Amino acid sequence: MRHAPEEKMEIMKSSSAAGASSRKGPLGRLADFLDDRTGYRAVMHEALYERVPGGARWRYVWGSTLVFAFMTQLITGLFLWASYSASAQTAWESVYYIQHEMAGGWLLRGIHHFMAQAMVVLLALHLLQVVIDGAYRAPREVNFWLGLVLMMLVLGMALTGYLLPWDQKGYWATIVATNLAGIVPVFGPSIQQLVIGGTEYGHHTLTRFFALHAGFLPGALILMLVVHLSLFRKHGLHAKQPITKPDAMFWPDQVLKDAVAMLAVMAVVLGVILVPALKAMLAGEPVHAGHLGAELGAPADPSLPYAAARPEWYFLFLFQFLKVFEGWGATGEFLGAIVVPGLIMGVMFLMPILGNWKLGHRFNVAFTLGVIAGAGLLTALALNEDYYALWVDKAPLAEAQKLYDETGGDEAKLTAALGGDKAKLAAVEKQWETLEKIRRSQAFLDAAKQAKLDAARAIELAGRPEKIPPAGMLELVRADAKLQGPRLFAQHCASCHAHVDPQAPAAAAILATSSAANLFEFGRASWMRGLLDPAQVAGPAYFGNTAHKDGDMVSFVQGDLTDADQWKKDDIEAVIVAMAAEAGHADPGVQPAMLEKGRALVTDGERCGGCHKLGDNGTALGSAPDLTGWGSREWLVGIITDPTHERFYGDSNDRMPSFGKAAEGAAPMLSPQQIGLLADWLREDWYRP
Amino acid sequence: MSRQSPDPAPGRRSFLTEALAIACGGLATLTPVAAGVWAFLDPLRRKGGAASFLPVTELAAVPDDGVPRQFAVIAERADAWTGFAAEPIGAVYLRRGKGSDTVEALSATCPHAGCFVEMEPTGRCFRCPCHNSTFTLEGGIVAPSPSPRPMDGLECRVAKNGSVEVKWERFRAGVAEKIVQ
Repeated sequence: MRHAPEEKMEIMKSSSAAGASSRKGPLGRLADFLDDRTGYRAVMHEALYERVPGGARWRYVWGSTLVFAFMTQLITGLFLWASYSASAQTAWESVYYIQHEMAGGWLLRGIHHFMAQAMVVLLALHLLQVVIDGAYRAPREVNFWLGLVLMMLVLGMALTGYLLPWDQKGYWATIVATNLAGIVPVFGPSIQQLVIGGTEYGHHTLTRFFALHAGFLPGALILMLVVHLSLFRKHGLHAKQPITKPDAMFWPDQVLKDAVAMLAVMAVVLGVILVPALKAMLAGEPVHAGHLGAELGAPADPSLPYAAARPEWYFLFLFQFLKVFEGWGATGEFLGAIVVPGLIMGVMFLMPILGNWKLGHRFNVAFTLGVIAGAGLLTALALNEDYYALWVDKAPLAEAQKLYDETGGDEAKLTAALGGDKAKLAAVEKQWETLEKIRRSQAFLDAAKQAKLDAARAIELAGRPEKIPPAGMLELVRADAKLQGPRLFAQHCASCHAHVDPQAPAAAAILATSSAANLFEFGRASWMRGLLDPAQVAGPAYFGNTAHKDGDMVSFVQGDLTDADQWKKDDIEAVIVAMAAEAGHADPGVQPAMLEKGRALVTDGERCGGCHKLGDNGTALGSAPDLTGWGSREWLVGIITDPTHERFYGDSNDRMPSFGKAAEGAAPMLSPQQIGLLADWLREDWYRP
Repeated sequence: MSRQSPDPAPGRRSFLTEALAIACGGLATLTPVAAGVWAFLDPLRRKGGAASFLPVTELAAVPDDGVPRQFAVIAERADAWTGFAAEPIGAVYLRRGKGSDTVEALSATCPHAGCFVEMEPTGRCFRCPCHNSTFTLEGGIVAPSPSPRPMDGLECRVAKNGSVEVKWERFRAGVAEKIVQ
């Protein structure tokens, strides 16, 4: 090691000043000892006593807040790392545990999540200031380029971090992002395969994204940041002209301003984390984990559509930009995802050189402002497309909607309906376009709402005392009747059956289009009461739209049951109670005598038992569905599996497919597990906390 | 530390020394880098499993009304070290014309960027919820669409026992040609 002459003098002085140091306290002597051997005082001096031309100013804080934001990410990231597990079966699970079970986990994750967003905002501000102030000019070109690389590293960390919770949102956003990487010419597919760790998304996608997010990218970032900061010190602060005040030292004036700015950034981040909880408190609602900090969606499921798939807000402009190239085919996507963003980055890299031209600086400023304004506009467009249905006035579109419903959106029919009025036709078609926008927006809003419900349910399930099985959360989600029931029903049953509360406002419209019984509360007393109601049995909620409309049951309910001599009101009520008990839905307050009476009436060969079997009442199977265990899980599984079985409708089965029956070697329409889920859902038999 | 002694003058053998120093240091450092990169590149030699026909449903479950219905594709799969018993791995839309015994299959994966294409609630077309790529019920592009190609058709056959089997393949997104991934 070589030393400058003055430094040598220092060393000699300090070593010969043993007398002086003996007058110091033990701490002072320790400090001297350390300084002798490390020279830390000089380093500290170097670090803190940077000259700030014109004195400390608020406009110089942006770079420091960025370093602060990064440090926050480093600290919170390391602590998150201490609880995170990157694999397809543990990522969501460990993030759930951090967020909802660990003390303070929500705060830790909340800070990490929202500071990442703050960092993107601070980056934009820092870049904007550097460009406007012309701080990219000689001799600071290299540092400007380093800054741009740092920006890309930060964006890369944001992108990779989004996947790590392995929820639906991160999963689908990553599929889009990695597919876009795949269209890079020549190397694209290889890059994609390397990043996702194979051809399918799974464990190695997570381990790789995690390694990038917590290792490669921050490692590179730290290296670059060290060079960025040392070059910044080498060239000195780029002072904003004109300088009116005397110079000052970095410590303590500028440090104070920087520290205040850091605290403000932290306060904003904490505010964002806490606002939902505060709002709930003010509204008098209980604060729950979902109010606290970053959101966690439902676990990633490749087989489940996620119509609310959107990137994080700061990437929305890129997302929207792809839509600009509608109709351009593969060229459009290549332009939108690769060429244009690449060109923009290219121009930014050239700024220090462009800045040498006469109008170069103005161009650079205009270009940067243009890009930021463009990104802002695209973000606004994306948000408007998604939330359009919330703020558009639908009243003036009522007539257009009616015409749409009448004509089914067919242009020829519309022309006829309007009597060939061309001006009117154009006006209505324009309104139809607005309606289409509303429909798309509504689809997004519905999907976002559903995503929230799914996430809340997954979190509820994960919190069961039994905890998450080793196969992971997806197994639990797929085996949950409350989550899967509605989907299975919509897909396989809803083309005929309704499932709607008859008291709901939309019930009449839904029942009018259904062609089989309404299964809402099937197995319960309320359902049975409707069936045994002469006014309802042949209505759309029961047999009205089926082949049994004129069947024996309808004539029985509309005939025998209305004969007060044969069937007293109490008798009917007893039957209702007994049937609900068969399904396992007996009201706990019901009298045992009433149950017994009802059961006896159903069994009676002169009454229900004339057609229906119940237990061993001697009635042969085949004439009407067996009522033994009617509405129970076993009974429902049976009828869904094969309604043509003699236990159910036999030959008189209307149109219901045998969902669980298939020829040998073929897959049935529904697996036994799916049928069980449907039965459980119809019975509302699912986990409740 | 040699505080007082002047810097030694470069010797004659310095080029050789420098070259050797760089070579030794470089080799030592490159070894772990090479090992790392070698392992990191492993995914490149992994190919998607050979496409095979998977039973998806049976013929009776595909109504012959020309309207596509969504079906889950269920298969065993391996994810690195984990082997999964049969579970949903994706979805297809199956469509059968009036009185027809043949079924057409479309992959539910959007050829644009890989999102999950859904049927419009009106049932008149397919739409991808991500970038609004719109397709006809036959899978054709409805212009203008961000998607560079129509929905990907999958080979589909009906076995003698009525089992509808689909050749499950994934294709590269975002390009005009249909390239198996």
